[in-house]
Amino acid sequence: MGEAAPDIEFAVDIRGAALSYGGAPLFDELDVRLEAGLWTCLLGPSGVGKTSLLRLIAGLDGAAAGRVRTGPVAYMGQSDLLLPWANSLENAVLGARLRGERPDFDRARRLLADVGLEHGLQALPATLSGGERQRVALVRTLMEDRPVVLMDEPFSSLDAITRHAAQDLAARMLAGRTVLLVTHDPLEALRLGDRVHVMTGRPAALESLPVPDLAPPRDVRDPAVLAAQGDLLARLAA
Amino acid sequence: MKAALRMAVVAAGLLLVWQAVVSATGAQPFILPGPLAVAAAVAGHTGLLLSHAGTTLAEILLGLGLGAALGAFSALVIAHVRPARLWLLPVLVASQAVPVFAIAPVLVLWLGYGMASKVAMAVLIIFFPVTAAFYDGLSRTDPGWLDLARSMGASRWRQLLRLRIPAALPACASGLRVATAVAPIGAVVGEWVGASAGLGYLMLHANARMQVDLIFAALVVLAAMALILYFTVDRLLRLAVPWQVDTLWREHEKEPVEP
Repeated sequence: MGEAAPDIEFAVDIRGAALSYGGAPLFDELDVRLEAGLWTCLLGPSGVGKTSLLRLIAGLDGAAAGRVRTGPVAYMGQSDLLLPWANSLENAVLGARLRGERPDFDRARRLLADVGLEHGLQALPATLSGGERQRVALVRTLMEDRPVVLMDEPFSSLDAITRHAAQDLAARMLAGRTVLLVTHDPLEALRLGDRVHVMTGRPAALESLPVPDLAPPRDVRDPAVLAAQGDLLARLAA
Repeated sequence: MKAALRMAVVAAGLLLVWQAVVSATGAQPFILPGPLAVAAAVAGHTGLLLSHAGTTLAEILLGLGLGAALGAFSALVIAHVRPARLWLLPVLVASQAVPVFAIAPVLVLWLGYGMASKVAMAVLIIFFPVTAAFYDGLSRTDPGWLDLARSMGASRWRQLLRLRIPAALPACASGLRVATAVAPIGAVVGEWVGASAGLGYLMLHANARMQVDLIFAALVVLAAMALILYFTVDRLLRLAVPWQVDTLWREHEKEPVEP
């Protein structure tokens, strides 16, 4: 990704990272930088190491070599990971509970109302729809109030319509934060990403792709977005 | 209501089979008394049966409480403390190689003819299924939850408290159900080896005097007690772990209704 201009601030800076999975090296001498306050979307074939990179930044796995510099991170996984015995409000304040802090219920209520769940505060996850569960998970992520948010295919289990709404909501609620979004959906990357990277090869390398010159979340009907989606799909399939 | 009806049908069926065996074999009442003779024995010895049943029930409940507490505690220790897992788990498994029935006389020798030896026996029988099931549940927490907890900066202790323990409660409940079912065995075996009260003692006493109808009466009371205890505990556990959906029962409820 080359040397950065001095006026760009990076929230995440990885230099020369090496990581192997099951004995096989995933990447070696990998450099990744996420610009502060921007959404970076990461695409690439399954098994290339996208989730491993995310876990590396989240501090869940250590690198065999290299240096990872990052601010405090909030993590949102592929499934909503809601606790089945806790209602929406309790799930939203899980982070405080797990750190033994006093939960900020007022803020949790406000955020749940913001995502349209003001009537589902006492609902157990089993009684919520997939989209509602993902919204609770989003609020739980927001409650952490971390400058860097890592998301691993957070919308992949939702249907197309619900996913569209969830993308708009996430773009609104996470504005101003540094976001790394791993996705398999080229359209999702082009709707939400200020930067779009493709991860390919073994050892894996990142390549930055051009994005339409519009502010996210971009209109899916925009010809530039659609054209970019076609290019991206062709590139990923190649 | 439907469940109660089914139970009644099953009970009536069993009683009919019992009576049929008695009639077909022409067994003498001192070998195998029929259901009516046993019912008469229950009615005739109600006070005696109830007082001995009270002793046995107290032993079972005390054993269940202590055994469940001990079982849950040892599961938590071996799950949370690594050296305990390495050193204590083999000991627990090995302890189950010694049949409780074999050490029953020793327990009576050590703890006397009173209630203590019977409670100890019940505890020994109960704690292992609770430990095994609860530990199994504690070790199978969704790795995604643990990743999330680590990214949130949770200590191991809080992960145990907030994630592992609640997630393991359904498994723990299964262990408690098994424990409830086997608890009467411990108490009765203890009473057989040496006691001055309890249904097991009453049965042994009646056996020596060829009061077979009283043996069966005590057996009926014991079985009824065990059944009530099991269904009560099962009900309480379902209330305590409401998020655990019983898919078999749900499937049952969703059966298409006949037009």
